[in-house]
Amino acid sequence: MAKAKTKVSNKVKESRADKAFDITLFIILTLILIIVAYPLYFVIIASISDPQAVSGGDVTFLPVGFSLDGYAEVFKDTRVMRSFVNSIFYTTVGTCINLIVTIPTAYTLSRRQFAGKKFVTFFYMVTMFVSGGMIPTYLVVKNMHMLDTMWSLIVPGAMSVYNMIVARTFFESSLPEELFEAATVDGCGHTKFFFKIALPLSKAIIAIMVLYYGIGHWNNYFSALLYMKTESKYPLQLVLRSILISNEANLSMAVTTPEMQQALQEQQALVDLMKYSLIIVSSIPVMILYPFIQKHFVKGVMIGSVKG
Amino acid sequence: MKKQKNGAGGTSPAKRKGRVVRIFKRDFPLWVFVLPGLIITFIFSYIPLYGVQIAFRDYNPTLGFMGSPWVGMKYFKRFFESPYFVTTLRNTFILSIYSLIAGTPIPILLALALNAFKHKRYTKVIQTVTYAPNFISVVVMCGMLNLFLSPSSGFINKIIESLGGEAVNFMANAGYWRHIYVWSGIWQTMGWNSIIYFAALANVSPDLHEAAIMDGATKLQVIRHIDIPSILPTAIVLLILSCGSILSVGFEKAFLLQNPLNAGVSEIISTYVYKVGIVNANQSYSSAIGLFNSAVNAVMLIIVNKIASKGAGISLY
Repeated sequence: MAKAKTKVSNKVKESRADKAFDITLFIILTLILIIVAYPLYFVIIASISDPQAVSGGDVTFLPVGFSLDGYAEVFKDTRVMRSFVNSIFYTTVGTCINLIVTIPTAYTLSRRQFAGKKFVTFFYMVTMFVSGGMIPTYLVVKNMHMLDTMWSLIVPGAMSVYNMIVARTFFESSLPEELFEAATVDGCGHTKFFFKIALPLSKAIIAIMVLYYGIGHWNNYFSALLYMKTESKYPLQLVLRSILISNEANLSMAVTTPEMQQALQEQQALVDLMKYSLIIVSSIPVMILYPFIQKHFVKGVMIGSVKG
Repeated sequence: MKKQKNGAGGTSPAKRKGRVVRIFKRDFPLWVFVLPGLIITFIFSYIPLYGVQIAFRDYNPTLGFMGSPWVGMKYFKRFFESPYFVTTLRNTFILSIYSLIAGTPIPILLALALNAFKHKRYTKVIQTVTYAPNFISVVVMCGMLNLFLSPSSGFINKIIESLGGEAVNFMANAGYWRHIYVWSGIWQTMGWNSIIYFAALANVSPDLHEAAIMDGATKLQVIRHIDIPSILPTAIVLLILSCGSILSVGFEKAFLLQNPLNAGVSEIISTYVYKVGIVNANQSYSSAIGLFNSAVNAVMLIIVNKIASKGAGISLY
């Protein structure tokens, strides 16, 4: 009896302290949620608001007015459209090459019986800790005559050692040696095993690789900044840079009269609005993938962290 | 006699050779599988490593890596004596240590909070939202910062004004630059970086929690005495790793957020390497600076690893 009584009172006391804790936790987490979500939400509502309201800072919680002028400007801009198509092309080709290089290597290194395993692993580990740096790499790309071609964006980074290790760890746990041995008894070699058994069993890791590499290509601007010279070949991120950061929207007028100043101000407002719309448009591919990605990428991080 | 001895030893040379051939035959497809990666990595990672020697030479494109005249430490000396040496080194150190100190605890706290929070649906929502900024490209991130911080139309200044403050031109003021850089980075990556801690916390045995609660521990005590110790090893390993890249703070964001007004604090080693090597086409000088940067990184990694292995018994190798 007494025992039960103390237990009950204990529970009451404990739940009071813990209730305060739960409420504090709820407030902190909600605050974090707002801090992260509001800027993203703001971009969306600003992109469909009236240009004057956006540049005047009147947009807060809901769109003010309604206008798709920003989007119209984005679609009128040939640079944006062309580079958007370029980026889709680079991302698709680049990701395919990434997979062709990464997946077979990862499979091979997951096979314990592979005689060159130690050597190949060491060969890749070295590159994780030392690198030649920006300029020597640039010179190699230049000497390979890849400057200003799409290959400069795709080939040098075709193998990400980190991603390869993630895939290797996956293969190690999902394709046990016994499975291969059983297949060998039935006269199956490595090639057949890889294509007929390993790949069909590895859809999850292939999805993770597509997402990691694909987003990497889509968001990449540094290689393009280094290697691409011709504007018609620019990927989207480089065009975004000139519009969003360097402010090179098409604005060129000499301001002399008040009317012109008025017109200039209106145009500046439109340019600002266009930037918000542009951010949305450039994120569309990632946004479409996001719900699908979300299921997989947490798994990717976990597999990667197992390697220890 | 000889033959017999060989036979007694197990494998004869001929047999051994046969085995090697057999293994190679069996593994042949595997060698084909690894070949493309090996070739690409050799060309784009190993040849540049070999090309680092241009830091000690007067690089001339027509003479190549080996043919260019040897000048020893000339470019290193030039860098150490230039006014940029102290500025870029200091800027790089401050920026990365600031990022490290501010950026390390926040994902850990987020993971602890999410783990302790019992409403699973809401936890999922928070995770979905906080992971999202990680996928925003650097260019878009910097563009958003420019828009949000604009003194005339940015919403952050509107909030400041509505609270009775005065609009601040953040981008034109060098004093704000580091805070903008670091806190926007935290905003972008805290969710993503919390995943690994969240995973470590998920591995904590629920028995431990139950036992602690039975003994009358409050939730805060459970976090302090069970959760934190269990993710400490993960946190230390990640900390060591980030100390190893202390001088390689992201080129991309620093470069994009740079303008003439904040160059005094935003010029870091990597942006300087880019300007010297690509914009001014002084490849040897630039490689020397880059090599110095990597050397400092390696030294930092070794030092921090030593400290961690002495202090907490955790080491990378």
